[in-house]
Amino acid sequence: MSQSDNYEASASSAPSEVASFDGHGKSLVDRFQHLLHTTPALVPLIVLVISIIVFGITLGSRFFSPFALTLILQQVQIVGIVAAAQSLVILTAGIDLSVGAIAVISSVIMGQFTFRYGLPVSVSIFCGLTVGTAIGALNGWLVARVKLPPFIVTLGMWQIVLAANFLYSANETIRSQDIAEQAPLLQLMGAKFSIGGAVFTFGVVFMLVLVLILAYVLRHTAWGRHVYAVGDDPEAAELSGVNVKGVLISVYALAGLICAFAGWALIGRIGSVSPTSGQLLNIESITAVVIGGISLFGGRGSILGTFFGALIVGVFTLGLRLAGADAQWTYLLIGTLIIAAVAVDQWIRKVAA
Amino acid sequence: MKKLVATTALALCATAGTAMAQDIGACLITKTDTNPFFVKMREGAEAKAAELGVTLNSYAGKIDGDHETQVAAIETCIANGAKGILLTASDTSSIVPAVQQARDAGLVVIALDTPLEPIDAADMTFATDNFLAGELIGQWAAATLGDEAANAKIAMLDLAVSQPSVGVLRDQGFLQGFGIDLGDPNKWGDEEDPRIVGNDVTQGNEEGGRRAMENLLATDPEINVVYTINEPAAAGAYEALKAIGRENDVLIVSVDGGCPGVQNVKDGVIGATSQQYPLLMASKGIEAIVAWANDGTKPENTPGKDFFDTGVALVTDKPADGVESIDTAEGNELCWG
Repeated sequence: MSQSDNYEASASSAPSEVASFDGHGKSLVDRFQHLLHTTPALVPLIVLVISIIVFGITLGSRFFSPFALTLILQQVQIVGIVAAAQSLVILTAGIDLSVGAIAVISSVIMGQFTFRYGLPVSVSIFCGLTVGTAIGALNGWLVARVKLPPFIVTLGMWQIVLAANFLYSANETIRSQDIAEQAPLLQLMGAKFSIGGAVFTFGVVFMLVLVLILAYVLRHTAWGRHVYAVGDDPEAAELSGVNVKGVLISVYALAGLICAFAGWALIGRIGSVSPTSGQLLNIESITAVVIGGISLFGGRGSILGTFFGALIVGVFTLGLRLAGADAQWTYLLIGTLIIAAVAVDQWIRKVAA
Repeated sequence: MKKLVATTALALCATAGTAMAQDIGACLITKTDTNPFFVKMREGAEAKAAELGVTLNSYAGKIDGDHETQVAAIETCIANGAKGILLTASDTSSIVPAVQQARDAGLVVIALDTPLEPIDAADMTFATDNFLAGELIGQWAAATLGDEAANAKIAMLDLAVSQPSVGVLRDQGFLQGFGIDLGDPNKWGDEEDPRIVGNDVTQGNEEGGRRAMENLLATDPEINVVYTINEPAAAGAYEALKAIGRENDVLIVSVDGGCPGVQNVKDGVIGATSQQYPLLMASKGIEAIVAWANDGTKPENTPGKDFFDTGVALVTDKPADGVESIDTAEGNELCWG
């Protein structure tokens, strides 16, 4: 109860510099904090660069080669795509535990429709993408219209979709060789091309393009700003004329579509259609999002951060494996990173307080 | 008319037979009901139960590792007055108290496929000799390489960092078969032979197999022998090798013997695989429960082992000298879905 009451007094006695932006004796740390606050993707980018440098110095050309660095991109492509979908949902202050299951059932539908019913491959892929979108839209409808918490809705949907996946596919794998022979389009995302020693796949390109498009859309379109607004404060957004329910449903549906694309990329990556793949995608995508600096409370962070977050996990995984470390160390360090990322996020928030 | 009498008589006999055995209830508890391995196991148990007139109830965990559901299933079986339980435990040591409870209540408990810890916590274990399964593919790989085995560069694609016993046994069996000195035979990763490029984990699926293979290839692109925990991991490893154009000059060996895996051996994706027999495990298990119910006899160990060995066979189309094997045609007849 002090400042506002004593406003006259303090205003008259205060030196004029108070009003100026830089004059408050801001230390270097304060400026840095402010920079981090305004550019949410900066923290993961710095961590990423440092980890690449450290692994580059300790492992030399085994790690710091175009081949190894693009291999990381290939290894994170599925998680990267799914994490992009997860980012959209988390920006609205939601969470989607069903992302991995949606990706897997979409890939299974693409495979089974082709091989079981003999549909043309392009039709099967379209059906897979449609089912993914529909499941996402159902999630969104339950969250927005029925007003159920996203955690509960997607927890249930995760199990429903996974069970449907196993029941429908009878857990039978469609072999890579059969797909290559009869339906090569299913493996399209696995097609690769090289520039110098760097090897890229269509799946990697898809991930990069997706991230850039989403980054642009979130920043420069009305829909994108609405996503942030809904995540930050849905009531304020509603009052300012944002169609909150519409935005929520569209976000979950889009996330479902992106996951279905991840399922397609998954076929390219592993060659076969395997109902047991992708079981940990929900956790891995949330990991990438958190390390990437997107707030789990919604409304803050950028999709580029998520992309860097996925890359950090990839760099650590490959780097530590090349260094010959026990795989447990990877999990230990990634766990540390998750906690550190949230701690940094809280520290940055102080600048806004 | 004669036919009708005969049929009626037959039917009567069958009914009488069933009525007699109706008292025998049995339970089958598997890790999941979706993995083809367990689906096959259930088919084997159901067929044998129908043949012997045993009432069979099947239970399964929701996912691999779902321990609670398995405990609840054991309690249900005890309450149902079943005579015996066939169990594939998700958590081999935590399930022991529940198993003990069942045995105290007079049920015979038979572990299928996965031994409990300790192994004598169950009345008997019907399983594949996983060490032998590994040893066969190790011997085959060494024999196929011939003199080059001395310069081999080996990638070890294991199951999980927690080193579950089935993964350790196969891994160590392979190394022994290949002629590599084991460190502690109860864990993998402590061997010092320079021919081993490294170990990585796959979770037993294609995705993990590909990633693990890529990681090890980045460590040493000259790898020419790949051990894999199972055939899905092998298929993933093959994709990684194909991506760098080395699919034809690397030997991949595996364990399981599922139908897609045998098909992959036929197509040259996998050099050789060790086949196990889940159907046999389950049918033998039902027979053992009936024997226990009738006269209280328990099955005996296979001589020299602390479990009942349901057998394993090496499946390959390129037989190697001194290693017994069956070809893919025969492997295909014996494979499980």
